[in-house]
Parts: sequence; C-alpha cells; structure tokens
Amino acid sequence: MLSGLISQSVFLGVLITLGAWFLALALRKRFDYAFVNPLLIAVVLTIALLLATRTPYQTYYDGAKYLSYLLTPATVCLAIPLYEQLEALKKNYKAILAGIVTGVVTSLLSVLALALIFGLDHAEYVTFLPKSVTSAIGMGISSELGGYSAITVAVIILTGIIGNMMAQPVLRLFKITDPVAVGVAIGSSSHAIGTARAMEIGPVEGAMSSLSITVSGLLTVVGAMIFQNFI
Amino acid sequence: MKYLKQFLIIIAISFAGEVLHYFIPLPVPASIYGMVLLFAGLCTGLIPLSAVKETGDFLVAMMQIMFIPATVGLIDSWDILKDRWPVYLIITFVTTMAVLLAVGKVVQLGLARSKSKEGRENA
Repeated sequence: MLSGLISQSVFLGVLITLGAWFLALALRKRFDYAFVNPLLIAVVLTIALLLATRTPYQTYYDGAKYLSYLLTPATVCLAIPLYEQLEALKKNYKAILAGIVTGVVTSLLSVLALALIFGLDHAEYVTFLPKSVTSAIGMGISSELGGYSAITVAVIILTGIIGNMMAQPVLRLFKITDPVAVGVAIGSSSHAIGTARAMEIGPVEGAMSSLSITVSGLLTVVGAMIFQNFI
Repeated sequence: MKYLKQFLIIIAISFAGEVLHYFIPLPVPASIYGMVLLFAGLCTGLIPLSAVKETGDFLVAMMQIMFIPATVGLIDSWDILKDRWPVYLIITFVTTMAVLLAVGKVVQLGLARSKSKEGRENA
C-alpha cells in the first residue's frame, strides 16, 4: 500500500528534494566547513532514502522532474545578474575573455593529456572532451563526435559537484580572491552547478560565472571539433 | 499579478530559446539562447529590468535545488560507470582543478596588470 502511495504521489518527489535541501542547509550551519556542501549532502540524503525504501529512481523523478523543469527559465534568468554587473564586465573584459579562452584550452588539453596517460580509446576520449560545459551543450558535442553521451552527462554533473564543493576553498588556498577571477574560474570549470554556488558567494562572482558558461560553452563546440582529431 | 507577468515574460523567452534551438543545427541548448536573448533585451532596453527582476532572482536563488533530481540520477548511471570509475574520477577531478586554477590565475594576473596600467596613466 505504501509503495502504491509513493508511486501515485505527485508531490512526494519535490517534498523529498526540498526536505533534503533544508536538512543539508541546517547541517552546514551546524558544521561550518567548506566541504559540508549542501548540494552534495542533499543528493546523498535523497539517494540514501531511495535505497532504504527501495524506491526506483524513476518513481522519485516522476515527481521531482517539476524542479528540473524550472532549470531552463532559471538559466535564462542568469542574464539578470550579468546585466546588473555590466560595468564590471565592460571594465575587465580583456582579463575575463583571456580567462575564458584559457579555461576552454586547458580543459581540452588536460583531457587529451590524461586520455593519453590512461590509454583511452577515441570514443572514451571524445566522451570527456566537453566535460567542463553545461550538460545540454556537452551531451550534444559528445554524441555528435561519437562519444558515450550518458557517461558525458554523468561526468559533467560530477564536474559541477566538484566545483560547487571545492572551488571556493581551493581558490582561496591559491590566493585567487578577486571576485571577477573567482567567478570566471568557477563558471569555466564547473558550468551551471558551480555557478549556482558562485551566486551565493556574491553578485559579481555569480555574474562572471554566468557569462563564462555561455562563452566557454560556445567556444568548446568549436574547440572539441578540432581536438577530436588528436586521438 | 506582477510576479505572474514576470514569469510570463521569462517563459516566453525560454520558448524563444527553444525555437532557436529547433532551427539552428548546433548542440546549444534553449536555455543558453534564452540567456543571450534576455541579456540582449536588457542591454537594448527592449525588456526593462523591472519586467523580470523579482521572479528572475527567485528562480536563480533556487537553482541549486533544481540540480538535485538530475544528480540523484547518477545512481542509475552506475552500471555504465562501474568498470572504469577510478580512471573516470581521476580524469574528472584533475581536469576540473586544472581549469579552475589556470583560469583564476590568468584573470587575476590580467586584472592586476590593467590596474597597474591605470595607476601609471593616472600618475
């Protein structure tokens, strides 16, 4: 009867997700370490609940998809903080552009280097090439070039979580503290999932991160077409 | 009514992004086209900031929560990852850190350079 209720409920998926999020926020307040990351904790709590109640992911997602549905309008709205920081963008555009180009090239080159070290075949290599960009762009590139797009999506999400969780402490460790530099670094390395965190750090960080998603996403489309020929 | 009107405009731009995605044969998602359209609209004054501001800020503030359902879906990807996951994890981690630090350093150096140039011009 209970499993019937779970699979019939429209609101349970959203309820679990929001509950896990607020529980994670409370944990972060209690233990103020950089590695206590609300997004990661909320995901782990949700997975634990699904496994403990033997609820299939699809059942959970049937309800929770309404949150995912809002991702496109939310991403569109990243233009608002960007517009509000137009002055910072205009004033620093050279350094910002240099940073984004560096990010795209570093991402492609480091994937190439590690693919050579670990002996990846062509399909695996192109699966990783678009790993730093937002998932819809990355998935498209991967399948276009003959990669495993399901793995690309998993790797892109993992990349985002790593950035969301570790970007701020790591940047601080290397004395990268300028808000513009922090924002471009987060957006270039960990796309929208990192940007959602950058938005919490500050408005300049969030705006620069949003800009980097778009520009580096578009540059990666071109860059991956070139880099696909190297393995 | 104000929030509903703002939501209407945001959804309309999202749809315009979908239209562009449908007609342009590039792997660029509707959300990115939409972001560019809204940014252009704001810069040209075609869309005043007050027409999207509060609802837009709310959606952006909620964004991290929206990633939870898809990330939980990694449990279904385990079958395709389990054979090679240590290699995949190392590649993902190393490349993410390489990009983060390279970009951060380049932007910070660039900013310091333009600031010192500014200082000299003002001197």
